[in-house]
Amino acid sequence: MPPHPETWLKPTPSGLYCVPGDFYIDPLRVVPRAVITHGHSDHARPGHAQVLATPETLAIMRARMGEERAGGALQPLAYHEALKLNDVTVRLVPAGHVLGSAQVVMEHQGSRAVVSGDYKRQPDPTCAPFEPVRCDVFVTEATFGLPVFRHPPPAGEIGKLLKSHALFPERTHVVGAYSLGKSQRLIACLRQAGYDAPIYLHGAHANLCALYEKFGVKLGDLRPATAAQKAQLKGAIVLAPPSAVGERWGRRLEDPVVAQASGWMRIRQRAKASGVELPLIISDHADWDGLLATIKETQAPEIWVTHGAEDALIRACSLMQICARALSLIGYGEEE
Amino acid sequence: MRAFAELLERLLFAPGRNAKISLLRAYFTTQPDPERGLALAAIAGALDFPGAKSATLRELTGKRVDSELFDLSYDFIGDLAETIALIWPAYGNDPPALPEVIDTLRAAKRGEIPGLIENWLDRSDPSTRLALVKLLTGGLRVGASLRLAKLALAEMGLADVNEIEEIWHGLQPPYAGLFAWLEGKGERPTAGEAPVFRPVMLAHPVEPPDIEKIDWSAFRAEQKFDGIRVQIVATGQETRLYSRAAEDISAAFPDILETIDFHAVLDGELLVIRDGVVAPFSELQQRLNRKSTTAAMQREFPAGIVLYDMLFDGTEDIRSLGFDARRARLEAWFAQTRPARMQLSPLIGFGSIHDLAALRETAREAQSEGLMLKRGDAPYVAGRPKGLWWKWKRAPLSLDAVLMYAQRGHGKRSSFYSDYTFGVWTEEGELVPVAKAYSGYTDEELNFIDRWIRNHTINRFGPVREVEKSLVFELGFDAAQLSTRHKSGIALRFPRILRLRTDKPAEEADQLETVRGMIS
Repeated sequence: MPPHPETWLKPTPSGLYCVPGDFYIDPLRVVPRAVITHGHSDHARPGHAQVLATPETLAIMRARMGEERAGGALQPLAYHEALKLNDVTVRLVPAGHVLGSAQVVMEHQGSRAVVSGDYKRQPDPTCAPFEPVRCDVFVTEATFGLPVFRHPPPAGEIGKLLKSHALFPERTHVVGAYSLGKSQRLIACLRQAGYDAPIYLHGAHANLCALYEKFGVKLGDLRPATAAQKAQLKGAIVLAPPSAVGERWGRRLEDPVVAQASGWMRIRQRAKASGVELPLIISDHADWDGLLATIKETQAPEIWVTHGAEDALIRACSLMQICARALSLIGYGEEE
Repeated sequence: MRAFAELLERLLFAPGRNAKISLLRAYFTTQPDPERGLALAAIAGALDFPGAKSATLRELTGKRVDSELFDLSYDFIGDLAETIALIWPAYGNDPPALPEVIDTLRAAKRGEIPGLIENWLDRSDPSTRLALVKLLTGGLRVGASLRLAKLALAEMGLADVNEIEEIWHGLQPPYAGLFAWLEGKGERPTAGEAPVFRPVMLAHPVEPPDIEKIDWSAFRAEQKFDGIRVQIVATGQETRLYSRAAEDISAAFPDILETIDFHAVLDGELLVIRDGVVAPFSELQQRLNRKSTTAAMQREFPAGIVLYDMLFDGTEDIRSLGFDARRARLEAWFAQTRPARMQLSPLIGFGSIHDLAALRETAREAQSEGLMLKRGDAPYVAGRPKGLWWKWKRAPLSLDAVLMYAQRGHGKRSSFYSDYTFGVWTEEGELVPVAKAYSGYTDEELNFIDRWIRNHTINRFGPVREVEKSLVFELGFDAAQLSTRHKSGIALRFPRILRLRTDKPAEEADQLETVRGMIS
């Protein structure tokens, strides 16, 4: 009988550790060997001696951290290619979260565990879609693991932004969005909706947009938004990190419409409290229905929950007669 | 219903007053009758659905959603209506129209109501569901007051908002007559003989430069009583007591209502008066915000009214007369009627404004908030007309307090930490909150405080930041009262920021004991 994954995949203070493969997945501390699911800073941390990830994720890590800090030896592994690490076969399978994001599929003596990393099930023109993999244990995130989170179709939310843009042609629409993933997805969705005017970017977004372009994601006419060109930004759409939007950077713009693209925008008072005038419910994480559908599709008899609202997801699993437990890994979920 | 839901959503996020007014105006202009009138009624809080309480909605949700998942979600969101709207498992594209909801509910038997609501929730999207639940449970905090809606209506009909205020309390939902008038398709509705509230006249505060600038000899002086402003409307058949905000508070003051048998509309101050002596505001508070009252309450805190103006003498509208003429009518009427539980506000004779300055200083001992100054020839004008009535409040009390918590403000202040909680020191050397203040700083000071808070945060509780206890403010306030609501046991009336005291070390801020000594 194949060994149960709990005998060879262990939560540790440094992160989830694959014992027979001798590697950590998205380790929280510096380790000798890391497998990284995607480039967000809470999952891809600097300084590991050896790093295995998709070529896209490695490129993102280099762009964000610099060659030195990205890790000692960076080993690319394309989607679906199998790699033997000691007594474990590793494959990376698209997670649909951001460019290069991957689930880590591990097989050991006939037993298979899948670590999802962060993922979503909604369509995203900037990255490969999530592929469910049958497994014995599915390790899932639960950022939006409450039944109140059901993300509406992104096209409708983009429609809201364009409607407001038409309604207030004089005002600068400044949209708070994470610089990796959300920003490029918003731009691509705007282009899909027919918006072909220049889109202005806060400095934090420009490099990553260029990197996406290099990997073949077309983003159209992008220009830097510096506060000096206030007049030029009148009536434009500007993307900036969420932290900059409500703060001094955003306030320097003239009479801005402050928008924020995030799954948290579903909760009105939260949106209101963050000073947002135009909340856009666009998330790169699976919503409640997405989490439950994915759990069913993996046909895993056992679910481990890494981070987010694990209580509700575990409850929902028990209602579906699926065994589930929380790994309580601290340190994820800082960057949506 | 979807247009109404969209209006509510946009009002919530609209950053300022003007934006809200334009949203309301656009809604009233584009929506048909009776939809827009019912929406107006909802904003005015004039709709009530006794069969549809929050408990009904919770029960309905409980049938569709696992209770543990519901509790976890409710705990996360903190708002029942929003939790229900979002967690409801269906997604419909055929929401009911607002009039359909209201008419059906009014005609429905109690037992039918849950089934109706369930069907409507199934037919709606989350945003419409939220509007529906808020409407049903009466928790329609729409981010826009009725006053803003009236301003929007005034803009829509190119009317003066006071013309709307004047007739408002004689109108009934869905306000078809009002909309017809605003759109030039009908006569202006009138209040007729109904005992309706009339919009009140308000005063401007006297600022130091005004003291020398204004010719005060044309003015009459009265005390500014520390109670609540009320309007007595008695038609001979019916009697009402209204607060300044037009709320009908008759039921809480039967002791006053039962003594009224005259026909007049009077303006005055509601107070607790024992043997002709006015009691502190804190005693009146015992009788406020209650739907009804007990005989014991009425005995212990006897209510009375000090009259200071007359709007109608019988059926005659005397608001266009000057203050002196109205006062003469009030005095003559008072001498003849001798109403129980009422007295006249005495006019205070004075030679120059400096006589009054001295009087104002002693206001605190006289249970008075200061002085009122009214032009002798001023008609009774609704709203806050310039230069006719002035309020000259007593100098505020003040104390030095330490900033403890800060929260983001609303509207244009929403990206600033502009709402503050202040504390003073106990004998044990612990800081306890005594006041929240949101005003009194300049934009420049706000910038400074905002930056300071961001750099000195030691803890976050949702939207609230706890800060290092080191920034001192001088707070002004009108009075200190005992209160069970705060840990300090004290509540300040009308606290506001007078000055930033960056020069003062936190240890030298005031002691709780000192504040206790200021309780009136």
